[in-house]
Amino acid sequence: MSLGRVSAGLLFAVSMALSACQGNTVTVLNAAGATFPYPIYSKWFDEYHRLHPNVQINYQSIGSGGGIRQLLDGTVDFGASDGPMTDQQLADAPVRILHFPTVLGADVPSYNLPGVTAELKFTPQVLAGIFLGKITRWNDPAIAGANPGAGLPAEDIVVIHRSDGSGTTYIWTDYLSKVSDEWRTRVGQGTSVNWPVGLGGKGNEGVAGLVKQTPFSLGYVELVYALQNNMAYGSVQNSAGVFLKATLESVSAAAASVAASMPEDFRVSVTNPAGAAAYPIASFTWLLVPTRIEDAAKRAVVKDFLAWMLTAGQQYCEPLAYAKLPQEVVARETQAIALIQ
Amino acid sequence: MATAHTTVDSGSFPRVRGWLRRLRSGDEIARLVTLLFALSVILLTLFLVQRLWDESLLARQAFGWTFLFSRVWDPVAGQFGALPFVYGTLLTSLLGLIVAVPLGLGAAIFLAELAPRRISDGLTFLIDLLAAVPSVIYGLLGIFIVVPLMRTVIQPALGQTLGFLPLFQGPAYGIGFLTGGVVLAVMIVPFIISVSREVLLAVPVDQREAALALGATRWEATWKAVMPYARAGLLGSVFLALARALGETMAVTMVIGNNPNISASLFAPGYSIAAVLANEFSEATGDLYLSALMELALVLFLVTFILNGLARILIVLTARRGSGMAQV
Repeated sequence: MSLGRVSAGLLFAVSMALSACQGNTVTVLNAAGATFPYPIYSKWFDEYHRLHPNVQINYQSIGSGGGIRQLLDGTVDFGASDGPMTDQQLADAPVRILHFPTVLGADVPSYNLPGVTAELKFTPQVLAGIFLGKITRWNDPAIAGANPGAGLPAEDIVVIHRSDGSGTTYIWTDYLSKVSDEWRTRVGQGTSVNWPVGLGGKGNEGVAGLVKQTPFSLGYVELVYALQNNMAYGSVQNSAGVFLKATLESVSAAAASVAASMPEDFRVSVTNPAGAAAYPIASFTWLLVPTRIEDAAKRAVVKDFLAWMLTAGQQYCEPLAYAKLPQEVVARETQAIALIQ
Repeated sequence: MATAHTTVDSGSFPRVRGWLRRLRSGDEIARLVTLLFALSVILLTLFLVQRLWDESLLARQAFGWTFLFSRVWDPVAGQFGALPFVYGTLLTSLLGLIVAVPLGLGAAIFLAELAPRRISDGLTFLIDLLAAVPSVIYGLLGIFIVVPLMRTVIQPALGQTLGFLPLFQGPAYGIGFLTGGVVLAVMIVPFIISVSREVLLAVPVDQREAALALGATRWEATWKAVMPYARAGLLGSVFLALARALGETMAVTMVIGNNPNISASLFAPGYSIAAVLANEFSEATGDLYLSALMELALVLFLVTFILNGLARILIVLTARRGSGMAQV
């Protein structure tokens, strides 16, 4: 093994890289936004690059807010967000912006109850009551009613929430706003809110760490995170009265149940949907694509990528623990691609 | 005017001639270059303040001075106030100093005055290494070691013995102001030790020998002759540590509880300015929200500026007193 051979190999690699760069047909797209779908997006952009070596899509996971800002400033070709853009933001945009749902995320209630082995069931009223600070003890009749025989302790509930602005918080507060009038008027929905009670942990790992360490605590984490880390979590009662655990299927079912009533611009909340099989605390995450792309090459790539993402790309979702889009939504989105000009 | 200068014989202007000579010898070039560097620091600071001032326009217009005194931080309703964050920043920094100053000065005295040179150099190397550990590491240590210790041992013990004070009441979550202060203390102690040791070593040997010659013990010489002489430098090390504590972000975010809350209890969760910026900036949408975060950054800048100004005044005052005592 000589140094000469190593350097020859290096030279070859560098020249290959250079020739790839020198090809005139390379189209580079820049995108930025949500962190939650980053693993699947980077997988998609990587696989797409493999199929089309002359296309490169750079994605910066700087957060939904940053993604929307950069899109409005025109510094990226498309953005990504865990929460839909507001009417005001859409009005501020220089061109019309389309929302393309890509995958689904869901939140699960995770808790630390020493001595309780039964898997807990949560009703919407219980979750809202706990996060509003109205239900403060684990043996409150409202919790015990849904969990007979669980042996709930007479201890104070330590509520744990995300401290950083996040799509996970958006889904959680969107859900609580739908099931509780008091939550909607007192707290509302957003990526960061004014929490009535609780401790804040930074990121899914921060919340999970606090829940794991703090006895008698209850927090919420992203389903993907809970699955990848084998965390225990409770089931939630949906609008049909069924207690369901979040799974990739029950989350997809939530999206399917709103597909028929989906608005033209796909800005739809899928929390607390109708349907007995639908998990109630789920949401789309969106790519934000301008309807007018001046550069013909970029326009062609964006349209082709979206079409690929909706079909072949969906096979990469479940290995990464993301819930797939239901067929009804895919069909609607495929039509919307034609709006990009 | 410029052309007139060049045509005039420089010999008739001694100042110009002197300047040209210094330019040739390189002194003037060195002066200009270093002046430029010094100015760039000032310009950068001014630019920073100007940007923060501009970007926070919306929030300043919307809230005025009430921004500083409001306790509400509600991004959904568009209500923003800085008070809980200023409180948390100052309280955790103060707690950090209370723990770190005696510890750091004591260690510095040992290293500079009492320890054998070899041990002193070895330990100093380790301490400088501590100062270079990234803050997220301290945050992780905080979460996995300090927080459980606080919750299970320290906070219950404090609650039982000193629980009559409002400072030590309330449930022991393990995270909160106290834990934030303790983690900060661990982080700033290396700065205090390192700088203080250098300052003590810079005290002339005469100072010690004079005290010893008068019959002082080793400790008396250190405490009564060396420490007063070095007082300004020691204060400087403390304020350097304070500046670091005020701006510390990651480690505090991980252990403070992130709840905009003003509570007398040190066990309660709180929030600091740097932590809320780190937490909310990336996902902040809406102009007023962003503007309020910018104004918070401005407030942090002002707090740091004011405390540093006070530190300067204190150092000047004590330096006068210190040198006066040294002369006696």
